[in-house]
Amino acid sequence: MTEQAIEPRAIYGALSDTPTSYVREDEDAHPPLDYPPYKSTALRHPKQPLIYLPQTITEVTGPQLGEWWRLGEHDHDLTRQHEGEPIGQRITVAGHVYDTEGKPIRGTLVEIWQANAAGRYMHRWDRWPAPLDPNFSGAGRCVTDDEGRYQFTTIKPGPYPWGNHYNAWRPAHIHFSLLGRAFAQRLVTQMYFPGDPFFPYDPIFNSVRDSDARERMISSFSIHDTVPDWAAAYRFDIYLRGPGATPFEEAH
Amino acid sequence: MIFKTTPSQTVGPYFAIGLPWDAGPQAVAEGTPGTITISGTVYDGHGEPIPDHLIETWQADPTGRFADMHGYGGASEMAGFRGFARYGVEDGDGNYEILTVKPGPVPGLGGTTQAPHVDLTLLARGMLNRVVTRIYFADEPELNAADPVLATIPAERRGTLLADRVEGGYRFDIRLQGDGETVFFAV
Repeated sequence: MTEQAIEPRAIYGALSDTPTSYVREDEDAHPPLDYPPYKSTALRHPKQPLIYLPQTITEVTGPQLGEWWRLGEHDHDLTRQHEGEPIGQRITVAGHVYDTEGKPIRGTLVEIWQANAAGRYMHRWDRWPAPLDPNFSGAGRCVTDDEGRYQFTTIKPGPYPWGNHYNAWRPAHIHFSLLGRAFAQRLVTQMYFPGDPFFPYDPIFNSVRDSDARERMISSFSIHDTVPDWAAAYRFDIYLRGPGATPFEEAH
Repeated sequence: MIFKTTPSQTVGPYFAIGLPWDAGPQAVAEGTPGTITISGTVYDGHGEPIPDHLIETWQADPTGRFADMHGYGGASEMAGFRGFARYGVEDGDGNYEILTVKPGPVPGLGGTTQAPHVDLTLLARGMLNRVVTRIYFADEPELNAADPVLATIPAERRGTLLADRVEGGYRFDIRLQGDGETVFFAV
């Protein structure tokens, strides 16, 4: 199959508005799997080069979990999942999920998980001496609307220490999981907060070597989205791989 | 491409508070005839089981159709077929197990036919991005021999993509690094 110029409409499938192939990303678009400053990568990365996988029907289709999940009333509001309100600064985190052509990705499941305001996760492995908050589980999910929008209400997570090296701290972050609309679009990432003083010292954040790319993981404060007398607001737009130049061939 | 993608970051050690759910490992509805398990262990570069990993699988139904909205090749008509499974291990022995049905052959590029296969994403603490592999079935020698993707893999490594028949289904181990390292793909 050869790369060729195609009509714009051929980028998206005739049967739907979803691409028939996905752009091949540069090697530095994502962090390397082998990154010595993050010590746990040492035994958890392949040594053999990755093998080129043509994008066939298996890779350009994908699970539509948004349709399978019956979302709970408070799945998108992490401050209302318990009897009381969690301690911490109430915030909204909202944005769009787009592809790299700027086309909204609608109807896709967005899942998040995070530490509480003190920087502790409601997880039995997290044992550092910061308080747990009985009113905060730290997990949320929602499905993007027709414009690709998602919105969560939560509390601002705290930074926390970890064992990577002496005096290692993670900047405050919220984990994001995106399914997109195709197996090829799957992304798990972390959203950071602007101006975090821990950025220079965190090997996970800095595993993304390109500074512009790191910026794409940092949310922005939005005075416009702030709800007066109630919640501060952060915006975070997420870009998943968009259509590639070579459409996959329809089966005959 | 106008915009660049948001970079990947590790799923970390605490994904279990957000990602797994009870029915996650079931790619088919309970009681579906022909249900099989695909199970295995994920090993690190020292050959030790990885106790905290997340596996996701995506596949066609036995007729070679997918449960998505694109409609490429016609959507699956199998009742309760999701085609997607997610299994999260948070403090285990490195083992995973999903419930599914064996997929049928699906079209490949250029008029070829692909042998039955399952696409697999593996995520874990210590992995800054996912790795992707494919599960093929060792008991499909003719179809595997004609598969255009397997044909691109050095013969001595092809075996790492073959799931072996065991009671109730198939076994597929994943070795992230070292002897018998599983073949991983750039999608």
